[in-house]
Amino acid sequence: MTTRYTFGGDEHIFVEIDAEMSLEAFFKSLSITSAVKQASINGVTEICPANASFQIKFNPDRIHPDDLMAELKRLEESANRAEPVLKTRIIEIPVYYQDPWTHETLMRFRERHQDPQASDIEYAARINGYDSVDGFIQAHSGAPWFVSMVGFVAGLPFLYQMVDRKRQIQVPKYLRPRTDTPKQTVGYGGSFSCIYSVRGAGGYQMFGITPMPIYDPKQRVSYLKDFMVFFKPGDIVKWKPINRDEYEQALEDVEKGHFAPRIRNVDFSLDAFNADIDGTNAKLMEALHAG
Amino acid sequence: MPVKVINAGLATTIQDLGRPGYYHLGIPLSGAMDRLAMRAANMLVGNSEDAAGLEAVFMGPELEFTQDALVAVTGADLPPKLDGEPQETWTAFAVRSGQVLSFDFLRSGARAYIAISGGIDTPMSLGSRSTYAIGALGGVDGRGLQAGDMLPLRDGNQVSVGRTVPEKLRRGPGSHVELRVLPGLYWHRITEAAGAGFFDDVWKVAPEADRMGYRFQGGRALTFVDRQAPFSAGSDPSNITDACYPYGSVQVPSGTEPIVLHRDAVSGGGYFMLGTVVSADMDLIGQLQPHTKTRFVKTDMNGALAARRHRAGILEDIRAALA
Repeated sequence: MTTRYTFGGDEHIFVEIDAEMSLEAFFKSLSITSAVKQASINGVTEICPANASFQIKFNPDRIHPDDLMAELKRLEESANRAEPVLKTRIIEIPVYYQDPWTHETLMRFRERHQDPQASDIEYAARINGYDSVDGFIQAHSGAPWFVSMVGFVAGLPFLYQMVDRKRQIQVPKYLRPRTDTPKQTVGYGGSFSCIYSVRGAGGYQMFGITPMPIYDPKQRVSYLKDFMVFFKPGDIVKWKPINRDEYEQALEDVEKGHFAPRIRNVDFSLDAFNADIDGTNAKLMEALHAG
Repeated sequence: MPVKVINAGLATTIQDLGRPGYYHLGIPLSGAMDRLAMRAANMLVGNSEDAAGLEAVFMGPELEFTQDALVAVTGADLPPKLDGEPQETWTAFAVRSGQVLSFDFLRSGARAYIAISGGIDTPMSLGSRSTYAIGALGGVDGRGLQAGDMLPLRDGNQVSVGRTVPEKLRRGPGSHVELRVLPGLYWHRITEAAGAGFFDDVWKVAPEADRMGYRFQGGRALTFVDRQAPFSAGSDPSNITDACYPYGSVQVPSGTEPIVLHRDAVSGGGYFMLGTVVSADMDLIGQLQPHTKTRFVKTDMNGALAARRHRAGILEDIRAALA
C-alpha cells in the first residue's frame, strides 16, 4: 500500500490509500478521516471516506491547499500507529433474492448484459463457480459484509465481503448501465455489493430486493427518525434470505411503522479477523443473535 | 400571499446556495449551478445572498403574483415580461399583486435565476431549500416546480426599484468557452499523447447536460497506460476501485466522452478522473447550452487560486455596486 495524495481542483484533496481494495486500506482510510474530523481543521468542509481512499473538501480562502496537504500527511503518520479496531454495529438485512421486480427490470435490459440468456444471479453464480443459484445465495448471505463507503447517490452503501480474497465473489458490472433500478435493489459490481437507496440508473447486477428502507427524507420508520440516512462506513451487515410471504409481511410492517431491523453493537479488530476469519465471523453472528 | 405557478417551464427548480456537509453520505451540495448569478439576483431585490429563488433552464416559468414584490432575473439572457411588457434582466423591477411574470425565448446562456423579495419560503431540508430531485430533498415536496404549485414567500426588505448590476460585471458564455482544468487525481492513467490531445481538441457540450454533470463530445478518445487491473477496480482501463468524486472532476468512462460533475454530483463511483475544473469556472458551466464549443485549458494550483480571487473580486464589485 502506497498512499498517493493529489488535488481535486482548488477545493479538494483526494487521497488514495491503495489502488486495490482491502480491509487494511479501508481501515486506514477510516482511521485518517476520523483523525481529520477530530482535528477540526479550519477550512475543512467535507470529510468523505471511501473504500480504499478518501476525499477532503476545503475552502482555500481559509487554508492554503499546501498547508492542508501537509496536515493530512502528518495525520496519516499517526493513523499508521493506531490499532485497527472499531466499535460498530452489526445489522441483519432481509433480502428477497430473485424477486419478481428486479427480475422484470433485468429482463428489460438484457441487451446491455454480458449473458442475455441468463438472469443476473444465474450469471454471477456460474462465473463464480457455483453449481446452483441456491449455493450462490448461501455464499452471498453466509458471511458478513463491511459497509466500506456510503455514496454515489443519497445513502447508498457499498459493502465488502468479509472472507479471504480467494472466496470473494466478483462480478463485472453491466456492459452499459441500465436507466432503471428498483428502489432497495441488492446489487453487485466488481467486489462490492450495494443497496440502491433510491430508484434510478445503475450498472450493478441485480440479485434481489430488501423491504427495508435505508433512506427516507420523510423519516417515517423508527430507525430513520434520528437521521434520514441509515448506513455509515464501518457498519457490518448480514444478509438474511427471506421468501415472498416474509417480504410482504416486512413491507406491511414498514408501512405501519413497526419494522425494526435486528441491530447489535459489536467490537471489531482487524488483526483478530485476519488471524481467524471464520472464528471472528462466528463471534459476530453470536453477537447478532444474542438477546 | 404566495406565488402561483401557472406554467413551470422546462425544468424549473427552487435553489439557494446549497446543502454542504452531507457529501460523505452521497447527498450533494446542490444549489444554484451559477452561484454568482443567484447571489446577484438576491442582492438586487434586497434578500440575503443565500435566500431561495428559482433556477429556470432554457425556458422560463409563468408565475402569478398574489402580493406586491420586487423581482430580479439574472444569469442566462432570458427576457422577463410583466403582463406581456418586457423588463430588464439584471435589474430589480416591481410586480404588483395580480400581475403575471412570463419570459421570452432564451437569447444566450442556459440558466436564469429569478429572485423575489423575501425569498421563497418552502420547508428547509438539511439546512437548505435547494431541490435535489434524486434524493427527493428540498424544493416542492422534493421535486421541481409543477403547474398549480403555490410558492410561499418570506417578508422582504424595503429596497428601491431599478437597481442594476453594471454590464461589465455580468458574465455570460460566448460562442467559444474555455474551462480551466487542474490535472490530477488519476491523470497518470492516460498516455502523454492522450493528455495533450485532451487539451488540444475542441469539444462540444453534449445533449446529456444537467445538474448532475455536463458531458462533452467530439474530441479524440483517450488512450490508457497499460496496467494489471487492481483487485476490485474492474477490467475496463477507465475503471478504478470505487472512490469519491470531487465537484468539477472530469471523468472519462471508457476514455470517450468526458463528464464534468456539477452541483448535484454523484458523490463517488468507479471511473478514473483526469483532473478537476477549477472552482472559478463552475458557474460558467451552468450557462453552457448543448453544442457549445469548449476547450479545456490546463492550469496549475496558482492559476486556480488566482482565478478564484478574480471571481471573488467580481462578487465584491457587485456587492459594492448594489450597497
